[in-house]
This record gives sequence, C-alpha cells and structure tokens, in this order.
Amino acid sequence: MVGEIRIENIHKKFKNSDPTKEDIIALNGFSLDIKPGSFVSLIGPSGCGKSTLLRIIGGLDKANEGSVYLDDKEIKKPGSDRGFAFQGSNLFPWLTVEKNIAFGLKARHIYKDHKKDVDEYIKLVGLTGFEKSYPHQLSGGMQQRASLARALVGHPSVLLLDEPLGALDAFTRMSLQDEILNIWKEHNMTMVMVTHDVDEAIYMSDYVVVMSARPSKVEAVIKIDLPRPRARAQDTFHEYRTKILKVLDLGGKVDDIEYYL
Amino acid sequence: MKNKILAVLKLLLPYLAIAISILAYYIIPGNGKQKMTDHPYYVYFLLAFGICLLIAIIIGAFVSKVKNAVLEKAPFYTGVIVFLLFLNVITSKTLLLPTLYFPSLDRIIGLIVETKWFLLKNVFDSLKLLLTGFAWGVSVGFLTGLALGYSKHVGYWLTPVTKVIGPIPTTAWIPLALSTFPTTHGANVFLIAFAVWFPVTLMTSSGIQSIANVNFEVSKTLGASTLYQIIHVAIPAAMPSIFLGIFYGTVSSFATLMAVEMNGNSSGIGWYINWQKSVMMYDGVYAGLIIIAAICSLTLTILFKVRDKVLIWQKGVIKW
Repeated sequence: MVGEIRIENIHKKFKNSDPTKEDIIALNGFSLDIKPGSFVSLIGPSGCGKSTLLRIIGGLDKANEGSVYLDDKEIKKPGSDRGFAFQGSNLFPWLTVEKNIAFGLKARHIYKDHKKDVDEYIKLVGLTGFEKSYPHQLSGGMQQRASLARALVGHPSVLLLDEPLGALDAFTRMSLQDEILNIWKEHNMTMVMVTHDVDEAIYMSDYVVVMSARPSKVEAVIKIDLPRPRARAQDTFHEYRTKILKVLDLGGKVDDIEYYL
Repeated sequence: MKNKILAVLKLLLPYLAIAISILAYYIIPGNGKQKMTDHPYYVYFLLAFGICLLIAIIIGAFVSKVKNAVLEKAPFYTGVIVFLLFLNVITSKTLLLPTLYFPSLDRIIGLIVETKWFLLKNVFDSLKLLLTGFAWGVSVGFLTGLALGYSKHVGYWLTPVTKVIGPIPTTAWIPLALSTFPTTHGANVFLIAFAVWFPVTLMTSSGIQSIANVNFEVSKTLGASTLYQIIHVAIPAAMPSIFLGIFYGTVSSFATLMAVEMNGNSSGIGWYINWQKSVMMYDGVYAGLIIIAAICSLTLTILFKVRDKVLIWQKGVIKW
C-alpha cells in the first residue's frame, strides 16, 4: 500500500523580519510516522508550525534540517503524488470549474488520456451542471468542492489539507467533512489535515497529532478508536475532546495517551 | 395602454426635432457670410438620420432588444438634433460667432461628402500607422513587462531604466526620432510604439507582481512547470492589469499619432487638420476632428469588446 509518510527530525526556522531579533524556530526536531491509508489531523495553537509542517510534506517549503519521506522517497519539491487543498478554495478565477479541475492533468500533459477522470470527479463532488461556471458564480462550499476535485483528480497517494473548511459555515462544513471521508474511504489514500477544530479532528481522524506552541513538537498522538461512520453526538466523542483540550490547555502530559502511531 | 402612448410619443420626439430643424433651415434667413454649398447637406443629414432611425424602429417591431435600445436612446437623439439645430442657427443664421472659425454645418458635412475618397485615404494612412505602432508597442511592452514582473534579475537591471525613460512624454522624442530614423515612417511607428510600450510594460509587470503567491503554489502542487505557470497562471492572472495598460497605451497612442502627423508627415488625419488650418479652411478642421473622434471612439469600443470577451470571468472595472 502506498502513501506512507515518514517525518524525520525536521527543523525549520524563519528569518525574523526584524533582523536584530533572533530567527523564529517553527519546528525543532519534529518526527512522526504516518501509516499508509490513515487519516491524520494536526492540531495545535495558532502559529505552532502545523501549516509549515504540511507545506514541507507538500514540498512547498524546505526544512533546514531533517527529511520527509513518502514511500521511502525523499520529498524535495511539490509533486503530483501529493494533492494539496489550500486554505480557502484558491480556484483560478479565470478558469471554469471544469478547466480548474483539469489544470493539473493538462499541466502534466496527460489530459487526453484522463478526460474521463475530470467528469468523474465533478460528479463525485456533486458539481454536475456547474462545469462551465466561473468560481465567482459558486458558493463557498461549491468552490471548496471544486478545489478538492482539482487536488484529487491526478490520483495522488496523499492528500494534504490545510484548514480546507475553515472559511465555511457549520452546515456546509459538516457535509463536506463527510464527503472528504467518503473519498478517503473509497480511494484508500493517506490524508493529513491541519485544523483548528477539535471536533473536526476527532470526527474525521484515525490519529490526532497534538502539537505544542513554538518551537513545535509532538505533544501527544491520540488514537481515535471509534467505529466509522461516526456519530457526531456521542459520549466517547466527548472524552476525546476533553483529552485533547487538556493537552492543548495545560501543555503537559495527560494519562493514558497512546504515543504509538 | 398609457405606456404604449408614451413610447410612441418618445419615438416621435426625434422626428419633431428634425421637422423643426428643417423648417428653421429654410424659413430663417441666412446671415449671408457663410459660403453656400451646392446641396443642403445638413438637411440631407437630418433626413438620413431620420431614415436610419425609422429602419431601427421597424426592426424593433420584431426584435425587442432593438426596440428597447431605440426607446432608451430616442430622447438622447432628440437632444443631439436640437443641439445641431442651435449650432446651425448660430453659425449660419446669426453673426454671433466669427464665420471663419465656425463654418456652417452644411459646409462641414458637405466637405466630408465631397472629398470622401481623399479623406478616406488619409484615414487609412492614419490607421495603418496607428496599428503598426500599436502592435509593436503592445508586443514589446508585454514581453518587457513579463520579464520585469517575473524575473528578479531582469527587474534589477531594467526597472530603473524603465522608470527613467518611460515617463518622458513621447512628443519630446520627436526631434531625435525624426533625425535618427532613416525614414519618417519608421520614426512615426517608433514614437507610437513607445507611447504604447510604457503603460503596457508597467501594468504587465505590476499585474504579475501582484498575483497572490498561492496561485503559483497551487499550480506547483498540481505539477505545472515554470513555463506552464507563466503561460497559464501568470499571464491570465495579470490580464486585467495588462488590459488596463493597453487601454492607457491606446489613449496615449492617439495623442502621439496626432503629434507625429502634424509634425513633418505628409498624410493622415492629423496632417489634414493641420493643412486645412494653415489654408484657413476651418470646415476641414472640423471634418478632421469629427473623423478622429469616430476613429478613437471606435478603436476603444473594439478594445473593450475584446476585453469583455477575454475577461469574461471578471466583473468590469472601467465601463466604456
């Protein structure tokens, strides 16, 4: 099975915009193994470096030290083996829904052989009938759907989600969470999602990685041992919630946390 | 019912204005100073206008889009006719304005009709010069803008040069261009191209620089090469700004066209106006101005039509 991510001892610092001050250390020796086909959420206080980590896995940023491997191949730059869903939809406003989704296939000159995939993914995310619409004609949820289809159409083994649902209202958000889970289940891919929303993390993930504030390290890896499909309203849900919040609030260790992933 | 009567009255307004204009033309005695034309061209013009409007109204009976347009514009047309009526009364019936500088409408329209082939040849020469210069200006400006906006190294060396040379008014280059270029035509093309080049360069590079970085990141994660990104992300994203540059460039190319044609050219509408002025034929000056207005307005209309097609994904910024 493909889609195994191994993060080994990542260090990342940013130059301070005030040169008299020290560099900002975002990640200080961060390691994590992600099993193929699992759904992992990264959660932590604002500015804890979770987006940075996701960008390093995506190949958009380079770590100062350490390496990330995808199926034993070191990640050096962005590649079509990793889909990336950005904060906000970031569709290209000058392209129709259909052309946005086909962008990656065309850029890789494989569109001719994969035309059918575009139609399939338009259908999968429920945008049939909106193929020729421009992004500004769509609602926020529809834009995010199109953006997901665009990230998925090239059949990546990993989908990286950077707070993809952050800007949506609660109802659209919930229905999109379910859609993402359906895609995840159907396509057997690894998903790594950055989120601020504890409930979202519990509802969707196999593992929730709780990160500490800068410089960031893994504070706890919490296995969410709930059967799927999950109910949003159940007591065990609440237990996990309390557990995660404790880790986040106290920043200290809480009992019975599983460190293995 | 009431609406229908109103609509009919609206459509009758221009015809009422035409009728009054023609009556005034024949009943009020002339001031005797205006040179008489062989034909009552002003009356012909009014009649032709009335016939065109009538055709539009007849088409409007079947096509509601045309009908709405005619109904909407009818008061405006009436206004234009009334304005011309005043103009005609003042210039050919009274002595309020010096007749040398303010020829009668008969003479202006007559001149256009009687020398149409000669005028057309000059229009053609002007357009040829304008389009050649424009094409050079837009293509070179686009490429420089692209290089400036996309490459930090090119930007480092060329931005200061652009900033110093670009803002020099094109007309200031005329003496140098005329003496260094082997042909006047070459110099003229260069000057017009220059006028277009600067705004296009500026707006292209600033358009590219202001593209949100996430657009490039998205395309990178989708597997786009740098070249693919330039063609399919940078250029379309900068297109609204590029069009603005082309718009500014077009406007300044009109000014330059007139300047070069009035300076040492021997054909073109600018030259024609200057020549007519120098022989004290002010009807020719007005005829030239009317033609220029038509050309410039038409050019911008075409430009904006193209923009609306290309930028269909964007909501309009400048209305034309």
